[in-house]
Amino acid sequence: MKILVCIKQVPDMECRFRVNGAGTWYEEGDLAFRINEYDEYAVEQAVRLKEQLGGEPEVTVLSIGPDRVQESIRKTLAMGGDQGVHIRDEAAATKDPWQIAALIASYARGKGFDLVLTGMQSQDRGSAQVGVLVAEMLGYPCATTLVGFSYDDGVVTARRELEGGTKAVVRFRLPAVATCQLGLNVPRYPTLPNIMKAKRKEIEAIAVSSLADEPRRAGTRLLYLPQKRGSARVIEGEMSSQLEELVEILKTKCASTR
Amino acid sequence: MKTLLVLECRGGRLREESYELFAFAEALGGERAMVLIGGEGAVPKASRRLYLADAARYGEYDPDQHAKIIVEAARREGSDCVAFVHSSYGWDLAPRVASALGAAQVSEVLGVKEGAFEVGCCNGKLRRTMATDTERVVITVQGGAFLSWEEPSGSPEIVAVEIAAEPPRIELVGYEAAEAKTVDLGSAEVVVSAGRGIGKKENIPLIAELAKALGGELGASRPVVDAGWLDHSHQVGSTGQVVRPRLYVACGISGAIQHLAGMKGAEYVVAINKDKDAPIGEVADVLVVADVVQFVPALTARMQQYAMTG
Repeated sequence: MKILVCIKQVPDMECRFRVNGAGTWYEEGDLAFRINEYDEYAVEQAVRLKEQLGGEPEVTVLSIGPDRVQESIRKTLAMGGDQGVHIRDEAAATKDPWQIAALIASYARGKGFDLVLTGMQSQDRGSAQVGVLVAEMLGYPCATTLVGFSYDDGVVTARRELEGGTKAVVRFRLPAVATCQLGLNVPRYPTLPNIMKAKRKEIEAIAVSSLADEPRRAGTRLLYLPQKRGSARVIEGEMSSQLEELVEILKTKCASTR
Repeated sequence: MKTLLVLECRGGRLREESYELFAFAEALGGERAMVLIGGEGAVPKASRRLYLADAARYGEYDPDQHAKIIVEAARREGSDCVAFVHSSYGWDLAPRVASALGAAQVSEVLGVKEGAFEVGCCNGKLRRTMATDTERVVITVQGGAFLSWEEPSGSPEIVAVEIAAEPPRIELVGYEAAEAKTVDLGSAEVVVSAGRGIGKKENIPLIAELAKALGGELGASRPVVDAGWLDHSHQVGSTGQVVRPRLYVACGISGAIQHLAGMKGAEYVVAINKDKDAPIGEVADVLVVADVVQFVPALTARMQQYAMTG
């Protein structure tokens, strides 16, 4: 079995964002980058399936972006991935989901992947498109938003998360694409021996120019900070004075609920 | 603009959120029509044309067939925009329809400005205006972003849609109902919720103590539930419970869109967060910039003291 896991490197959402001079994207210099959280569940699911099948499946982890994404790929190899693929693209952030999916499909086509796993969306753009588009381009069925996954003899039985805590149980045959929702599993922390082992695993670098180049369909015209409603009273400073101020507010609010 | 609204049917009934699409169509301007894979019981209270395919034949969830039906309706109607709710149904289907129509897709739209679409970015910390380069466009609309539609009324002109039925590649086996609610947050007057900012499971009692001191229930954001720090019955948000308390205290919650969807009906919101820029500040009445782990126990002590002495 061949499994492809597609991961994206995203800024840590706790970071402070600044808009670039052109007003079209954020300044990347001040940010810390990490693996898109949703994709960590995809990596974990791939490694669990490999373990379930006695180590037979081969897990390839792919990411698109500048050289810094190799760090994220390396981390997934320490989680149990077998090899990495880095599609080198300095302009990845300007590409839309259609173009990103086309690059992935262009790489994956003809390589006989049985299962393609990825996050249901990215934390930065949250478009929830790439996984489904890759499936469409490869002609694979696609199940999205999975919070449960079990595999038996070529068939996956999965739970899709719907609204209000309801789940749908779905079944599909491989080959297929599946997108992972938060809470699907508990992604492991790489152990020190596995981190050492991962250093010897191969990350193949592929020039983006060697893959399909699709025209852009949607682009960011402007990026900006949301206008603050301005109604929030911000309480800063010493904790003792913060407490004084908040306690006074809560006294009136709690009185009104009694 | 000719917009086709994709309505949702689950368990034989129309999902209420579908009505939000009408407000979106209003904001966009132009003509609208609807498409629904469902049954008689799911027909919306709305005028205009409704392309209806029978869920008994195509299933309530079969993404390949549903996409084909929606594409067929869009072709017949000559739609240049197809709009979904950004829901587990909408985000699953929209890329398939966009792919078939050769359309650009813009996801989770929260505003329309001069024909361009406004969307969030980076957990709500940033906004983007999107422009599309294609003739047609597929949209998913953020839940709760377009609400200004009046009470639904009217009845549609129904046009039956049929396509050649094929065995599903993704088979819907059935639904699993939500776990029984052991905590009823929906009717609570005060809700105090814990977010990832509390750092670890061991700090949950700090938030529970504050909830107790304020006479409220304990809520949580999704990451806290996913991490197993609290069970799902405490979760506030679009995949948990929707709350409307008089007082909501968000402790270490950054304010992801899905969380805000579950609590923005609160009358008064206090957020305690060390990140002054966290999106929770957008909906908060008061934002205390502090480390929750230090601040909350001190606050609890003060509120307990107040309760004792009056």
